[in-house]
Amino acid sequence: MARDSQAALVALNRFGFGARGGASGDLINAASDPRGFVKAELARPFGALLEAPGLQSTPQLGLAVFAYQDQVKQEREAAKAAAPAEAPPPQAPADQKPGLRRNLSLNTVATEIAGQMAEAKSADNAAKPDNMQPNAAAPAAAKPSPQPLNVIQKTFRAEALARLQRAMMVDCGFAERLVVFWSNHFCISASKGELARMWAGAFEREAIRPHVLGRFADMLKAVEQHPAMLFFLDNQQSLGPDSRAGQNRKRGLNENLAREIMELHTLGVGGGYTQEDVTSLARIITGWTFAGRQGQLGAPGSFAFNANAHQPGSQLLLGKTYEATGLAQGEAALADIARHPSTANFIATKFVRHFVADDPPQALVARLRDVFIKTDGDLKALATALVDSNEAWQAPLTKMRSPYDFLVATGRLLARVPEDPGGYLGNLNLLGQPLWTPAGPNGFPDTAAAWAAPEGMKLRLDIASQMGARLGPNIDPLDLLEFAAADAASTETRKTIERAESRQQALALLLMSPELQRR
Amino acid sequence: MIDCVENRLLTSRRGLLLVGASFAAWAYLPKFARAADGRDPRLVVVILRGALDGLATVAPIGDPDYAGLHGSIALTADGAHPALMLDSFFALHPSMPEFARMYRAQHAAVIHAVATPYRDRSHFDGQDVLESGYAGPGRVQSGWLNRALESLPRGERVSSGLAVGPTTPLVLRGNAPTVGWAPVALPQADDDTAMRLVELYRHRDPSLASALSQGLQLEKAASGDDMKPKPGNQVAQMRQVARGAAKLMAADDGPRIAALAFDGWDTHANEGGPVGRLAFLLGGLDGALAEFESGLGDRWRDTVVVVATEFGRTARINGTDGTDHGTGTIALLAGGAVKGGRVISDWPGLKPANLFEARDLKPTTDLRSVIKGVLQGQFGLSDQVLAQTVFPDSASARPMKGLVA
Repeated sequence: MARDSQAALVALNRFGFGARGGASGDLINAASDPRGFVKAELARPFGALLEAPGLQSTPQLGLAVFAYQDQVKQEREAAKAAAPAEAPPPQAPADQKPGLRRNLSLNTVATEIAGQMAEAKSADNAAKPDNMQPNAAAPAAAKPSPQPLNVIQKTFRAEALARLQRAMMVDCGFAERLVVFWSNHFCISASKGELARMWAGAFEREAIRPHVLGRFADMLKAVEQHPAMLFFLDNQQSLGPDSRAGQNRKRGLNENLAREIMELHTLGVGGGYTQEDVTSLARIITGWTFAGRQGQLGAPGSFAFNANAHQPGSQLLLGKTYEATGLAQGEAALADIARHPSTANFIATKFVRHFVADDPPQALVARLRDVFIKTDGDLKALATALVDSNEAWQAPLTKMRSPYDFLVATGRLLARVPEDPGGYLGNLNLLGQPLWTPAGPNGFPDTAAAWAAPEGMKLRLDIASQMGARLGPNIDPLDLLEFAAADAASTETRKTIERAESRQQALALLLMSPELQRR
Repeated sequence: MIDCVENRLLTSRRGLLLVGASFAAWAYLPKFARAADGRDPRLVVVILRGALDGLATVAPIGDPDYAGLHGSIALTADGAHPALMLDSFFALHPSMPEFARMYRAQHAAVIHAVATPYRDRSHFDGQDVLESGYAGPGRVQSGWLNRALESLPRGERVSSGLAVGPTTPLVLRGNAPTVGWAPVALPQADDDTAMRLVELYRHRDPSLASALSQGLQLEKAASGDDMKPKPGNQVAQMRQVARGAAKLMAADDGPRIAALAFDGWDTHANEGGPVGRLAFLLGGLDGALAEFESGLGDRWRDTVVVVATEFGRTARINGTDGTDHGTGTIALLAGGAVKGGRVISDWPGLKPANLFEARDLKPTTDLRSVIKGVLQGQFGLSDQVLAQTVFPDSASARPMKGLVA
């Protein structure tokens, strides 16, 4: 097949995470067989799984959170017991007296400067575009020793790092892009609380990844039964009003999860359900919870069905009666919702919007909806149909890369596998897409209107400029343009890079070029 | 949502000290064989990336062809913003009063019509040659300043405790270990980079052009008039990095030799004359030199600051009131150790026949001679080391004598 750089750009950017720099040959490989390059990752059934040393299961992580919370509580109580009734007034340290002649030693000066910069620096630790850069000249002792990370922060960072490293190393990245799509579709937010932060990565590994090339119904069940989702949308607090627990505690339903299952996860707004259906599904899934620290319902931090909290009796949902079969009642309901025509339509629309265009071509949506229905929600078939379509290859590259896509694509092009996720996490915060922490259960937005906003573009430029300053001197920007786009790059982009006043500026401009920003 | 908002406030660029320039220094105290005269010499190399318009910075207003060539942006000795006369022929840009003061105190000098051996007009290659010290471009991974350091006897290691800056300029990269420092934060992209990107978007992606333009305007609205020095703009950044570097170098056990780079000198359009874009940047450079002077205190006496750029710009302005890539330009020396108060130049003249390739100021002085002269004057490096190790194959560019007092 003829070398087709434009198709290679589609393969790598629309479907993947962008070409890697260095000796990857991604663009050339993609150009020789664009569809095959994308589909190669679909042929590996377990290719989306993520296992890395040290990453733990949800129950293990739950235990660690409980232990951490116990420890914090004990320390607080111990401190309270030890503290005198009234604290002495704080004394100014002697070395802060004004007027003392300063010792002109380098350490003093450096410490002084470090002190002045401390505030900026702590923000910077998060904001650095790339703090994994080894620098032979770096004096290790230079950094002010930060507060040690607690187990929750450490876990979050380890999970983030594993995800980022995977994204850097995959060939095309289509499977990873599918993970990111589904993870955002079924999002939780780490800001919900300590358990959510602790479980954010595990949720994706356990509920999303095994199913991105499997069945939608299986993913749906795994998600709605995952402790992270049950915690995020409060279902562990929802009690059947007529259940034993509901009667004893005079409490009842929480519709949060039930509503979002129908509105955001399956049928979509206008998908043909009523408030009655929401309440009904909420009753059906009462008792879906996770075992707490005492482990009365099972291993702490694992999914549990609490029959004591489950609303007794049969329920009418979307015109069908579900008999009182305990846990199986909800599983049967989810299985039916998963194959509802509205679900097929909602998923197909969102899928095409994510990969092809903000305003999704309706013919393609219809085709994918039919594939979803015909295959009973086979997500590999869905992805394959997308890659096989002509629309996905012919539609202009108008999608705006999300901040995550942009930063990952940049890291890949610069051939830098992070050893610390701090730079990425900081930049994601700055650009408004904090990892696993969307503002609401509807996830991060997926249109250019959200990501090509004025402030966002200015911030991207600042970040690109900083990367240029840091990495530009060692890089030939024109080589990178070859890796990223070759002859699919526009004349204007090429000229802009060639005419840049320095390699640093050229790299910043390359990273900000439409070729890198659009997909 | 709350999380997200808090993060953005915490890391808001406007709330932070912002610096784009970087600074790096040698990690050892050199053992200078200067105990006899009690000198403890210091050297700062300032690289101006983007090619400084030497004719706009130190204007040959006595040359009859200058005003015609530099047209709308030419400096004059009178008017609202008169250039500062250095002698009867050369005048300094009015936004550099500090340098003018040093010059009058004979602590600053200009070398005019100077260039590296590079004669093409690519920034990247030009900077390679300027910083590597080799006669041509070629992906060298060490700079002349580092090789000069390697030739010095090593003293004690400078105590660590410095945060690491973004990058070490090529001029200081190499085998001799260096330390770096940079005030850290998320610096803003400079205006020039932003304008180039807006231009690219205008041609290729109008909606991104509109978004980015708005973002840039928001930024300006939030920080007021962008031509005044304040935290966050380039002038403040230049001063700040110089202040920090000077403080470190002033310490008794601080580095003696340092390099830093300032970006943004590629003035293709709307370069401006006595006021405007180049004036703004020169004000930043002038401020940085003043920071070195005050920050180094007593050590300023033994200091030389060398300011150099990869090449010059066209003698005649282009169609957009700017200048394109050229050849001959200036180098500046400042510091108490400089034998100053002079513009050193074998002036080639600006008649069409005298211009290099009929467009650029013709270089008559090899920049390597200037730098060699400084290295020899400050650190006593031999002709041979300078011609073979520091600037390989440069025997023909003899060290300039008498630059250091």
